[in-house]
Amino acid sequence: MLDSALAAQLRAIVGDAHFREDKEARITHSYDGTPMLQAIPDAVIYPKSTEQVSAIMKVLSAYKVPLISRGSGSNLCGGTVPVQGGVVMVMHRMNRLLELDTDNLVARVQPGIITADFINHIESLGLFYPPDPSSMRISTIGGNIAECSGGLRGLKYGTTKDYVIGLEAVLANGEIIRTGGKLMKDVAGYDLTKLLVGSEGTLAIITEATLKLIPPPKSKMTMLAMFRDLYGAARTVSAIIESRIIPATLEFMDNPTIRVVDDFAKLGLPLDMEAILLIEQDGDPETVARDIEMIRRICEREQADSIQVAADREEAERLLTARRSAFTALARLRPTTILEDATVPRSKIADMVRRIKEIAQKYNVTIATFGHAGDGNLHPTATTDARDAEEIHRVEQAFEEIFAAALELGGTITGEHGVGVVKAPFLEWKIGASGVEVMKGIKKAFDPDNILNPGKMFAKETKKRVIIHHG
Amino acid sequence: MRCGFCLPACPTFRESGVEPESPRGRIALMKAVVDGLMEPDGMFRDQMNHCLGCRACEPVCPADVKYGQLIEKARDAIEDHPNHSLPVKGMRKLFFKGIFPHRNRLKVLGGAMKFYQKSGLRRVARETGMMKLFPRHLQQMESILPDAGVHGVVEKLGTVYPAKGTPIARVALFRGCIMDVMFAETNCNSVKLLSEAGFEVVIPPEQVCCGALHAHSGEMELARDLARTNVKVFKEMNVDYIVSNAGGCGALLIEYDHLLHEDAVWKEQATWFASRVLDISKLLLEYGRLPSFAESSVSVREPIVVTYQDSCHLRNVMRSGAAPRQLIRQVGNVIFEEMKEADRCCGSAGIYNVMQPEMAGQILEHKMENVNATGARYLLTSNPGCLLQMKLGLEKHSNTDKMEVQHVVDFLYERLI
Repeated sequence: MLDSALAAQLRAIVGDAHFREDKEARITHSYDGTPMLQAIPDAVIYPKSTEQVSAIMKVLSAYKVPLISRGSGSNLCGGTVPVQGGVVMVMHRMNRLLELDTDNLVARVQPGIITADFINHIESLGLFYPPDPSSMRISTIGGNIAECSGGLRGLKYGTTKDYVIGLEAVLANGEIIRTGGKLMKDVAGYDLTKLLVGSEGTLAIITEATLKLIPPPKSKMTMLAMFRDLYGAARTVSAIIESRIIPATLEFMDNPTIRVVDDFAKLGLPLDMEAILLIEQDGDPETVARDIEMIRRICEREQADSIQVAADREEAERLLTARRSAFTALARLRPTTILEDATVPRSKIADMVRRIKEIAQKYNVTIATFGHAGDGNLHPTATTDARDAEEIHRVEQAFEEIFAAALELGGTITGEHGVGVVKAPFLEWKIGASGVEVMKGIKKAFDPDNILNPGKMFAKETKKRVIIHHG
Repeated sequence: MRCGFCLPACPTFRESGVEPESPRGRIALMKAVVDGLMEPDGMFRDQMNHCLGCRACEPVCPADVKYGQLIEKARDAIEDHPNHSLPVKGMRKLFFKGIFPHRNRLKVLGGAMKFYQKSGLRRVARETGMMKLFPRHLQQMESILPDAGVHGVVEKLGTVYPAKGTPIARVALFRGCIMDVMFAETNCNSVKLLSEAGFEVVIPPEQVCCGALHAHSGEMELARDLARTNVKVFKEMNVDYIVSNAGGCGALLIEYDHLLHEDAVWKEQATWFASRVLDISKLLLEYGRLPSFAESSVSVREPIVVTYQDSCHLRNVMRSGAAPRQLIRQVGNVIFEEMKEADRCCGSAGIYNVMQPEMAGQILEHKMENVNATGARYLLTSNPGCLLQMKLGLEKHSNTDKMEVQHVVDFLYERLI
């Protein structure tokens, strides 16, 4: 429970309707998209403006009460679960498009705007904002920035960090800072914009973002290549990149994923294939046609069973939407779905797919794999049951080993979901003890009392590296 | 699974923008009660009742979460510990126990309403301002109710209606309660349309209310009793299909197997029943000899713009959103104008618009903005609740001279060549 004087001050800032301490509000902000994590906050607050956020932080920092800012809570690293209690700040009311500057090709938005709404609006005006996390129909731009979300177009166009060029943010002590701007070039001091993107709500609360827009591609083609050999599909990914083609999208789905996605989206996908690649190229029509033809030849060389080109945009969109549902669709198999985010250099995709399969067998757990193969970002996903503690333990062991394998192949523990609670014990594996110290120093500079999203990113203890047995 | 893909599909989340008013939020609350994290208090009950039960969250759920079953269970559990206020209790008892399960009482009610409407009592009531004694939303509701009648489809057409030409199949009509009292003509038109399409139609007179309103409000035992009677009555008819022309009824009929799955005696027969249920549009389109339809009004050459409001249960539970649209497109001179967000609930949702007038009113207002934007001459739908709500919407937010609300069946029947 919050101190009553504190609660009164918060209520005075936003009004009665937008500060809630009741059970209903607290319980429905005790989770995010991550399985098996729940912690009930003391209160929920819905600010309407930067000034309100600033006032709220001034009060909270005086009382040293934790604050967890969130959008739709669709993240998958436990990033918005209030593990140390405190106040959850929901950014949904700050959801306006503040400015669309077509002379400079930038948009200024508030953080609570839903990503797909923003994208649809921008596209209706003949402009393009490429980051497209699978959750975009529900996730907010602010959440995307906090986690540095990726998506299906990351391979060719990059991720959220490549499109955020300016920010307004409120610090833990309530002060407001502005970083970057509408500038394409800006080297004045440390790049705080890039630092805040992906900072998971631990450094500051983003209250406004300036986003870079680009002209949309003139045309697109989408194709499906189906493989009876899992590794053939994975090798194809590396071969496409090696031959100097960068598709807009290059997605991988293994057999269990194909089955559940088809069960949901009723696409009539062949259920006996070991893997499917969903490939999209965009750009000038001639280039697109040439690239798709070259990709087709590579697929054939790697013994693709069949190759189909989507008849029209509608069919292509259906395929892409179905792929975006893969994570949730896997929940059809078992009660608990634990999705991970191991990423390797693109040339190592086939090795990583093989490793995941071996590790799953070793620990006798079911792991389906899909992901943005083109950028090396795989989502090995365990279908399991949270009520079976013994099995969950084996799943955890398997994932530890998967992270270790990813690092061994020159990869990382997370490509686009962030560290949050889930990956915190593994952060040191990736960046080393000195890396962690530097990051902690940065955290301290921004938030000396550790009230912004505490308990995330930095774990009390780092997991011991598992020993990988070869052969 | 807590991915949140259901949130954009949920009408109450859309109106309020807060997590507790979403399927993910409501499931979290249910789980919290089960886990003992919270009491099923008044706030919990209100939130469960705030759900329209439109089930728009189900088709968009990649994980296949059965939200409809969860909310019914939650409401059933709430009903086990009833602590409704007196007026709510009275109203519920009247609807669920007093009226819907009893065919003869419905008829009496229909007769009383007809008397009220025809005798001048309605005029007196309106002119003396007596209606002002009722809450505003009930006054508005009263004003759009169609002329009720004592005579339902059986009284008008008998219990068996032959097929035109060689019969394709024998089908039984589920006539519904509201449909048969307020829209008996639509039931008759349904029978005639089916006959035109080559179906022999039987209408078992002993059939009772489907139980949907009960099931959605947590009166599960009553719903199961009604289901057993219907299963028995229709089984005796030995028909190929059981046809419904009300999305709300059809959606429960098609789930009778689930409703009675714990009933060892009735389980098998309920499955027989459920597997035969089809919406009239789908039956006509996919199994019938579809007759020709034409614009029959005087201005034959004038194209007419038609739009369609989905019945949530038809679309989200029976998964038949396409069939009515395809049928409408078969009509000569029709320009079908798809309405923005036609797949979103209109706010009727059984007796939701009576119990939750504020949220229902807000949803209706948004709905009518989209309806008006189509510029349609006809607004069609496939469920009596939606039909009434759309009439109310027309009255409140549109131009009644320029638009007409109809059941798809009536629209088609009037245009038979």
